[in-house]
Amino acid sequence: MRTFAIMKRVLVEMLRDKRSLALMFLAPILVLWLMSVIFTANSTTSVEVGTVGVTSSVSANLNRVKHVNVHHYASQNNAKKAMKADKIDAIIHKTGNDYSLTYANTDSSKTSAVKMAFRNALTQTNIGQMKAQLGKAQETIGKLQKTLPAPVQKQLRSQMPAPKKAAAPQITNHYVYGDSSTGFFDKMLPILMGFFVFFFVFLISGMALLKERTSGTLSRLLATPVKRYEIVFGYMASYGVLAIFQTILIVMATIWLLGVEVVGSVLNIIVINLILALVALAFGILLSTFANSEFQMVQFIPVVIIPQIFFSGIIPMDSMASWIKDISYIIPIKYSGDAVTGIMMQGKNLSSFGLDIGVLLIFLVVLTILNVKGLKRYRKV
Amino acid sequence: MADAIIDLEHLVKKFGKQTVLKDVNLTVMPRQIVGLIGPSGAGKSTVIKTALGMEVADGGTATVFGQVMPKRKLLSRIGYMAQTDALYESLTGRENLKFFAQMKGIKKAALSESIDHVSRVVDLQDDLDKRVSGYSGGMMRRLSLSIALLGNPELLVLDEPTVGIDPALRRQIWQELDSIRDEGRSILITTHVMDEAELTDKVALLLGGRVIAFDEPAALKAQYQVDSIERVFLKAEGEFK
Repeated sequence: MRTFAIMKRVLVEMLRDKRSLALMFLAPILVLWLMSVIFTANSTTSVEVGTVGVTSSVSANLNRVKHVNVHHYASQNNAKKAMKADKIDAIIHKTGNDYSLTYANTDSSKTSAVKMAFRNALTQTNIGQMKAQLGKAQETIGKLQKTLPAPVQKQLRSQMPAPKKAAAPQITNHYVYGDSSTGFFDKMLPILMGFFVFFFVFLISGMALLKERTSGTLSRLLATPVKRYEIVFGYMASYGVLAIFQTILIVMATIWLLGVEVVGSVLNIIVINLILALVALAFGILLSTFANSEFQMVQFIPVVIIPQIFFSGIIPMDSMASWIKDISYIIPIKYSGDAVTGIMMQGKNLSSFGLDIGVLLIFLVVLTILNVKGLKRYRKV
Repeated sequence: MADAIIDLEHLVKKFGKQTVLKDVNLTVMPRQIVGLIGPSGAGKSTVIKTALGMEVADGGTATVFGQVMPKRKLLSRIGYMAQTDALYESLTGRENLKFFAQMKGIKKAALSESIDHVSRVVDLQDDLDKRVSGYSGGMMRRLSLSIALLGNPELLVLDEPTVGIDPALRRQIWQELDSIRDEGRSILITTHVMDEAELTDKVALLLGGRVIAFDEPAALKAQYQVDSIERVFLKAEGEFK
């Protein structure tokens, strides 16, 4: 098996390059840790709030808050279904006088936006109600005072219920994912994880193939009866193995070191990242053919890698212009980020991400075919 | 010439607008060492790459083992050594040999014997388990040559094989090349070292994209009325200009 021999050789080469190996495995953990320490940032995004049994005045006030859209649901169950389907970010449920708030909490900035908006809406409504009640009460009292004799007036005043008490409902908060301390970092993590896998596999595999080309080993390899796809598959297999270990390490580090909650299966996360790693590998190999030196390979980082971050979903896309949103459809990390976010935060399984996985696989197949064809540049058969 | 190992006929090769090979005719018969000489930039490597099927001729045909190149399967019968050493430096010599032996499709049973044999030819048997990054330039060249020798190929294509190799070892390598020839195999070799060209059975002189002379060294010397291939080279180059 030539593919296997190539895989073995690439792996041995990699294992002997201790520095690159350390870069692949330790750098992501270091950066993730730093980010978890540093990031407390929030950003404004528009949030979708579902309400169940909430009075129209409260929801009208809520709707008036910027970036908040209110949807009414007949029952708590309907609202929960909508939340599962990612249609709403929070549910406000009124039972009697009390409010129960449930946050999807996959994006902590949205959670805090809902909290704030709800508090404002409630206060506004209360003030309005109090004003109206107060006015009415005073009116009645004034009328009564005039008609009733003095001792009765006294009695009445002491029996008057304080409107304040009635207007102070209890608010309880529920979080679908994480708790009140879940921060912006948790939202970034699934995407960052994919980013690290993508970045390092892209760079190191691209460099490896570039070196193979410039040192002449590629043409020597192609002077043997090896098939072109055997070379590409050999590289895929070796970097696939590497990506598996890298993902395991990053996931373990995020769980144990950073204390991040993973609701879904770690195995599913590894599967997604493995596919992403193979896409990155194919990308790296393809772009390395356009580079004549290591330095030129590094030049692809700002052109190819950095935009991946912007369009990956770390920065919320909802409020962006639609043509910018369209760009994100050609960004592989967007798909892996969506899927890993769903697995990590909502405990969904792989079957819910058929589309994301499908798109990644299309990327993979197209790039692999291009690579196998591209090797024709160096040998015509 | 049906039984020629390599038969290049009216080969034309262009890179962009530059025509590197205009009309190259060259045959390598079984049991023959053919030397290809010419100034640098004459297209020696291009001739070799076209013969191996790495490049496709823009005109004419390259036939190897009676089949028109490029043909992938034929490559298992050819041992190729490029101008650059083309080794995996983080691997040991043995790992390099093993890897390329696997790529050539040498059977597992014959693997270690084949590696032993070729490493003895280039006198590297004691350094096989050292990493190539610790090799000297000459050792790398020898390892590179030994990779080409793997699997006893019927045809050896060597691009400047003896650059950076000391005289004693060079002699040893030529003895090995002679014995390969005597086994009935063929060798196409490019060289800058003119006294090496004397050791070949036939010399092809590549100038201006054409093989302007192709004959036995003695016949060439007679034709140009000089006493060494080096003088043949200089005279031919002078006439060409």
